[in-house]
Amino acid sequence: MAGADGDDSLYPIAVLIDELRNEDVQLRLNSIKKLSTIALALGVERTRTELLPFLTDTIYDEDEVLLALAEQLGNFTMLVGGPEYVHCLLPPLESLATVEETVVRDKAVESLRKISQEHSPVDLEVHFEPLVKRLASGDWFTSRTSACGLFSVCYPRVSSTVKAEIRQHFRTLCSDDTPMVRRAAASKLGEFAKVLELEYVKSDIISLFTALASDEQDSVRLLAVEACVSIATLLPQEDLETLVMPTLRQAAEDKSWRVRYMVADKFSELQKAVGPEITKNDLVPAFQNLLKDCEAEVRAAAANKVKEFCENLPEDNREQIIMTHILPCVKELVSDTNQHVKSALASVIMGLSTILGKDNTIEHLLPLFLAQLKDECPEVRLNIISNLDCVNEVIGIRQLSQSLLPAIVELAEDAKWRVRLAIIEYMPLLAGQLGVEFFDEKLNTLCMAWLIDHVYAIREAATCNLMKLVEKFGAEWAQNTIVPKVLGMANDPNYLHRMTTLFCINALSKACGQEITTKQMLPVVLKMSNDQVANVRFNVAKSLQKIGPILDSNALQTEVKPVLEKLASDTDMDVKYFAQEAISGKLFCLFLSQSIKTF
Amino acid sequence: MSAISASEKVDGFTRKSMRKAQKQRKSQGSSQYRTHSVPVELSPLPQLKDAPSTEQQELFTQKLQQCCMLFDFLDSVTDLKSKEIKRATLNELVDYVSTNRGVLVESAYPEITNMISTNIFRILPPSENPDFDPEEDEPTLEAAWPHMQLVYEFLLRFLENPDFQPSIAKRHIDQKFVLQLLELFDSEDPRERDFLKTILHRIYGKFLGLRAFIRKQINNIFLRFIYETEHFNGVAELLEILGSIINGFALPLKVEHKQFLMKVLIPLHTAKGLALFHAQLAYCVVQFLEKDPTLTEPVIRGLLKFWPKTCSQKEVMFLGEIEEILDVIEPTQFKKIQEPLFKQISKCVTNPHFQVAERALYFWNNEYILSLIEENIDKILPIMFGSLYRISKEHWNPTIVALVYNVLKTLMEMNCTLFDELTSSYKADRQREKKKEQEREELWKNLEELKLSNKPLVQNNSHGLPSVQNNNNNNNSNNSENQDRSPAAVTANDQDPDVTVAASESTPCAK
Repeated sequence: MAGADGDDSLYPIAVLIDELRNEDVQLRLNSIKKLSTIALALGVERTRTELLPFLTDTIYDEDEVLLALAEQLGNFTMLVGGPEYVHCLLPPLESLATVEETVVRDKAVESLRKISQEHSPVDLEVHFEPLVKRLASGDWFTSRTSACGLFSVCYPRVSSTVKAEIRQHFRTLCSDDTPMVRRAAASKLGEFAKVLELEYVKSDIISLFTALASDEQDSVRLLAVEACVSIATLLPQEDLETLVMPTLRQAAEDKSWRVRYMVADKFSELQKAVGPEITKNDLVPAFQNLLKDCEAEVRAAAANKVKEFCENLPEDNREQIIMTHILPCVKELVSDTNQHVKSALASVIMGLSTILGKDNTIEHLLPLFLAQLKDECPEVRLNIISNLDCVNEVIGIRQLSQSLLPAIVELAEDAKWRVRLAIIEYMPLLAGQLGVEFFDEKLNTLCMAWLIDHVYAIREAATCNLMKLVEKFGAEWAQNTIVPKVLGMANDPNYLHRMTTLFCINALSKACGQEITTKQMLPVVLKMSNDQVANVRFNVAKSLQKIGPILDSNALQTEVKPVLEKLASDTDMDVKYFAQEAISGKLFCLFLSQSIKTF
Repeated sequence: MSAISASEKVDGFTRKSMRKAQKQRKSQGSSQYRTHSVPVELSPLPQLKDAPSTEQQELFTQKLQQCCMLFDFLDSVTDLKSKEIKRATLNELVDYVSTNRGVLVESAYPEITNMISTNIFRILPPSENPDFDPEEDEPTLEAAWPHMQLVYEFLLRFLENPDFQPSIAKRHIDQKFVLQLLELFDSEDPRERDFLKTILHRIYGKFLGLRAFIRKQINNIFLRFIYETEHFNGVAELLEILGSIINGFALPLKVEHKQFLMKVLIPLHTAKGLALFHAQLAYCVVQFLEKDPTLTEPVIRGLLKFWPKTCSQKEVMFLGEIEEILDVIEPTQFKKIQEPLFKQISKCVTNPHFQVAERALYFWNNEYILSLIEENIDKILPIMFGSLYRISKEHWNPTIVALVYNVLKTLMEMNCTLFDELTSSYKADRQREKKKEQEREELWKNLEELKLSNKPLVQNNSHGLPSVQNNNNNNNSNNSENQDRSPAAVTANDQDPDVTVAASESTPCAK
């Protein structure tokens, strides 16, 4: 700490505290964010005796400042003198853990959890655990909710009497009067169960779990479902049936769709936690019901899990279960009335083919894929197309190509630009799977058409797509199919299309290599430096800077440099700016290309 | 993975288009979770008015039981006959409890509450529109409304019947009943919420034993709304009920009520959808202040704490509420909060959003506020002067500039000497501020150096802190000079994916 203490005179605490009190919130926030700097300037001693008391006393501020403070204090251990003194940080964090604003409180709890690890077991009992107790018995709900997150971090490291007290406090909070507190407790139930001894899991946690799972508020019940996963993992298999399953069954048929949704959403985790036997007997029918639920939200959540659920079924009779129990439900979902359900299904259904193998895929799944490829909702089609790789591995993509093409074409011309954007992004993947011939024949024109789309984002994506295609199919292919068309656009009457040429050149030059760039692209770029639209001209300057590294030094000197110099004296200030930037940047390129040659 | 990202990409707009589609087909939802009850066909019972008086009670019960049958209204073609019978019966029941005396015998209460509970208590369906914006979108209407409306009507008439006895009813209309009723306030259907509002108000009036419970549950709903879900459709309706409840509070106010004001009503101002219930909220706040003027200071400080930073629309609402409060403020209370309040107002008048500036400047049209300002001109003028003076030269909007001139003139007339002093010291003050700013930068620079020299020491625990770039934080004015040079603005047009500028053929100057 040698550097720190000599500077007291320079940084009287008053000045620093003045900064923390500044009228301007933004300045206060900046100061708080640099609290570690202040602490460093003060040294550990004064940080403990002056700064921390000040912070503890003045915790009435904008939530944003408090949030920053709560975060800072979690990293303060060294600044107060190491683990030995870490408990000094507890008072301000305790106040922060009681404020109303959730984000502040959560951050304070996070920091408390962090520094709890830095407490010695003795300090934990002397300083930390009393704080948890105070919070747990606070008047206003905020402190009690915060307490819920702190039990699990101190439980493992305290004596058995204190452990008993902690369990008691947790029990009390689980039946708190305020639903907010019960929710907080329910959300920490699984975490707390993990640090408890097995006997207490059975005696304490199960009863709390059962009570929370039948709470009057569905927002509490659904959190119990989350806890169910951790609890089931902790218990030995033979106890699951009696201790967990009654509650889980009840949750899967809860009258509130939110609870059923949660069950559907956590289904894979639940399945792993309860093991194959219970899965076969209990979860399969439950899953069928969720797939047929009356609320679309629940069906969609379940549909999302179809693949994972099937994957994790016990292998010995997986195929039979899928074919007789799951597939019939899946078939119905393909023509569901809700598009979210269909698109959730479409995002996973292809994955079933690897599980079911070639024959089943052709016989049972293929018709479903084809139906979804023709779905009225673009998202569904898109999800099918974006997962083609799964099917490709099993039956090859040719089986689908007949239906695929119309679907792609339709998406490519969709009225909504985001749909077009999404399909463009799958083009390189599709091209890889369909092969260059099919591509040239059917898809190439689409790719070129996107270049003159009226939305910039599409033109940009189309440019990027071309680059990826060239990377896949090679420079020669580029030279024959793409480059001429791209360069042709340089004479388009619309300046936006002319700029697209430049953007394409920027993207393609590297993949095409020096020869094509120098011989075919560069002349076009240089010619465009005379364009009457300034936007085109300064993009010429930018392009030259981009393709500079690919060109040889001769071309740079004799062709590029004069043009840039001409642009640097353009009448338009932006053109000038970019030309100058290119010139100064180009020196670097020159140096680089020469040095590559010399090595 | 890629599938998810793809759907996310399309998501933003699908919802919008979905919304449009919904509007066209007038969305309806219903939420009875039909597990296994397939409706049995109903057969009409004889009319109550035709039955001999000895059998009326029995028939009344039968009809109530008959109305416990639920039908699927999403399917508009099934059970048409039975639906019609139930509708007619409900109509008859409404009529029966509202026009006849002596029909509410004790044994009828459980049957009545059972029929009501079966029909209206249900888990509300998920919103069809995941980001339902109550200001913009059409609400999803309850499909079963033809029946449900009559059931609500019946409940209301039941509560309002002169023979209605709370002492008997409280066995059935209990905490659980009220809790379920409160959950229904989240319904998207405004017709339903309107009924609920009247009904809950009646229950609050008639069941003294439930009052504290109702207040506490409303508390919980609001707290969940503020801090957890940010979603609840019935906030405005609940606030409306509270408005009249607060009106009836006895003095001195209980701690519980003050806590409700400070810990629930004030934080409610932070909600995103404030516009939907601000009028009712402001009414509640003003009610409190009229009851107990000493609450003025904490309330105004609370509002200042939650003052909107980026949402101009909300800022205008806050200013409106402040004016409502100032309208009823006592001069002694005004003195307590004038400084922090006018610091905020002085920020508002310089707001580049002209509606915010305008709303703040309108305070000077209010006679009562003017008199308060005049009384405290020596405190307020120094706070306001700098902002007004600057904005009179700088604001882009001519209306604002004109308003500012008027305000300055009014203030000058209130204290001419002080005004002149401030005018002459204006420049010096700005200089002093600038100097202070420089000192601050200097201080932080020195601290940074110290930090650098100590770096090895704190390496472990300083990670996660934002790297400090001192020059970024304070001197916004210097930065903007550089930015002027950046030609980013030129291409901005084209980078916006929604802009369709393809049509602009080769215009010589596309900028």
